[in-house]
Amino acid sequence: MSTVTSAPSTSATIRDASAERPLLEIQGLTKEFGGLKAVNNFDISIYPGELVGLIGPNGAGKTTVFNLITGIYTATSGSIRYKGIELIGLQPHEITRLGIARTFQNIRLFPNLTVLDNVRIAYHTHAGYGIFDAFTHNHRYQKAEKELTERAQEFLSVFNLHTRQGEIAKNLPYGEQRRLEIARALAASPELLLLDEPAAGMNPKEVASLMDLIHFIRERFNLTILLIEHQMRVVMGICERITVMDFGEVIARGTPQEIQNNEKVIEAYLGRGATALSQKLQEKRGYATGS
Amino acid sequence: MRIDRHTLGFWVVLLGLIILVQVLVSLGILSPFWETLLKIGAVMAIVSLGLNLIYGFNGQFSLGQWGFYAIGAYAAADVTYRWTQMNNASGLTVLFAAVALVGVAFFLTAKLVARLRGIDPLSAFALYIVATLIAAVIGVQIGIALIAPVTQLLATLPPGLALQIVYLIAVLLGGCLAAEVSYLFGLPVLTLGSDYFGIATLGFTIIVKVLLDNSDTLLGFEEMKGARGMVGIPKTTSWFWVALFLVIVIVLLRNLLHSSHGRAIVSVREDEIAAKAMGIDVGQQKTLAFVLGSLFAGLAGGLYAHINGFLHPNTFNFIRSFDPMIIVVFGGLGSVSGTIIAAFTWALVLEGFLRILLPTGFETWRFVVYPLFLLVMMLLRPQGLFGGFEFPYLRPVLPRPYVPETEEQVALVHAVEEATEGD
Ligand SMILES: Nc1ncnc2c1ncn2[C@@H]1O[C@H](COP(=O)(O)OP(=O)(O)O)[C@@H](O)[C@H]1O
Ligand SMILES: [Mg+2]
Repeated sequence: MSTVTSAPSTSATIRDASAERPLLEIQGLTKEFGGLKAVNNFDISIYPGELVGLIGPNGAGKTTVFNLITGIYTATSGSIRYKGIELIGLQPHEITRLGIARTFQNIRLFPNLTVLDNVRIAYHTHAGYGIFDAFTHNHRYQKAEKELTERAQEFLSVFNLHTRQGEIAKNLPYGEQRRLEIARALAASPELLLLDEPAAGMNPKEVASLMDLIHFIRERFNLTILLIEHQMRVVMGICERITVMDFGEVIARGTPQEIQNNEKVIEAYLGRGATALSQKLQEKRGYATGS
Repeated sequence: MRIDRHTLGFWVVLLGLIILVQVLVSLGILSPFWETLLKIGAVMAIVSLGLNLIYGFNGQFSLGQWGFYAIGAYAAADVTYRWTQMNNASGLTVLFAAVALVGVAFFLTAKLVARLRGIDPLSAFALYIVATLIAAVIGVQIGIALIAPVTQLLATLPPGLALQIVYLIAVLLGGCLAAEVSYLFGLPVLTLGSDYFGIATLGFTIIVKVLLDNSDTLLGFEEMKGARGMVGIPKTTSWFWVALFLVIVIVLLRNLLHSSHGRAIVSVREDEIAAKAMGIDVGQQKTLAFVLGSLFAGLAGGLYAHINGFLHPNTFNFIRSFDPMIIVVFGGLGSVSGTIIAAFTWALVLEGFLRILLPTGFETWRFVVYPLFLLVMMLLRPQGLFGGFEFPYLRPVLPRPYVPETEEQVALVHAVEEATEGD
């Protein structure tokens, strides 16, 4: 909790690096697909309690970074350290068990299962009973299963989904599917949460309520969050630090304000013409104010 | 534990039907022809429940079920054959000791592989093979040493009782052997994508059939008589035994599916990547489903072998792999109730009535009719005739709706409602 409240107003540069070790430290991360370098020499450090944004145009390599962190892809080179443990070479489920959970850009629920079971599956690794208890439905099974179910139900209530427990996941409206996916990720009790474009396909009102939700869960579950977003304005409001990627490389880092005015970033998003235009506009303004 | 009305109803109907058949058989009202078909129906239900676990619940398309069925059948038959025809317990002791030691070897090797972090799958597989071979050789030696004492011990029992005991252990051993083979086979193959897995399992069934064709020469089991067919197996599989095994398999499967382990198995079918991201060891869940499904196939094989007292490799031809596949697709992927109904329907209607009604040429035509049937089914009703339907006891119960009680819980729900209002 202290890390959240004591987090300095924003910039990483203010942070005293010797006081805290990064929770996640990625260095020189590269992933090639055939000849294509989807991620090239990527670095990032995320400190406990931070909410960091990872933005960039489509195809920049953001999702690939998530797939590398979570072990879905194996890096071509580089290192990913979580609490000092090297993640490259570990199986995805091992990485999840270390305390990293994620959501997917194209929602990946267990579509034909109930809302409740989607969350209960996240508890499997600490279900508290073995296969023989499962076969016999003995006392230990009864007790553990009851606890697990109650925990899942209470958890769903945090996401206002408890009234939907029996519904089949694929029949939920889009916004609720997104919320269920976040709920399921949190049920795996992570310390680091990776959100891949959670606002995709939402209208501005839905985006606003999603951002409120992210704030809420961050406080309540003491989370460190890395948030991918394609639309820049979404992350501006809630992230303390932002890393911008283009063509697999980091092109800028800084506070939202710094990023907003960064030429390279504007260029990446709007193309060269736009930079020239914005430069002209600025020059004009400068001329007009007489500075 | 409270038993609700529907569950009670399910058990009353199920046990009632089983007892009804038993009474009809005892009174001689049911002809041996129909009695045999009912037994075959129960056996096919067990095989198909195993396949449904692998394919329907875990999402691994497998044509290997028939090969494991064959292994269970021949292994169990060999044990009882040696007891009745050769008057010794050699089959029993050797198979028992080998299966037990190989089981121990798997356990120890798994520990070792877990300790040797980062060992590549092929090296791990090689370790397993070596461990299995060593365990099997030692097991056979121990088994041979045990032949005389065990034979003497069993001879002190009344012959009928001794046969039933040997038979029961034989069926169980057939199941365990099939499960162990499936574990070894699954190690390198389960990590392949689903399509390759399907092809590999088809290859497995073909290999088993070829080995059985040459069981007397290649494998050295003269009593199996290769392609001539094995005769003289005691006909010990009564309706009581198949019904008992079917009920046990249903209960075990249902209990598994209504547990965290069952949900983990199903999550792999639903979305493998999401399952991994939830901390599920996908390889482990696939192995669990595959080995358990093969165990059921092996048990069913052992039961089958003792229905007619006669086994022929042609019964285990790969083309018959489609029989359980048809049953599972017809009954519904992921439906236990559907599988049971479909298995008995398959036995009684397709193998029973149609055989009586249709001209003899139907035998040859069934391999045209069945695949067509399967195709039409997959196109028109991919969820199976019964869809996701389950009988009460087999249906998962939804817990009571959650009502926030403590002040804290109520406050939480309100806070969240505010935070999420708008969608
Ligand atoms: N599995 C893959 N095989 C080949 N190319 C891939 C694969 N995954 C991603 N890519 C490529 O890597 C690049 C980055 O993709 P991605 O990480 O999804 O971008 P983003 O999430 O930033 O939109 C794209 O050019 C994409 O086509
Ligand atoms: Mg993406």
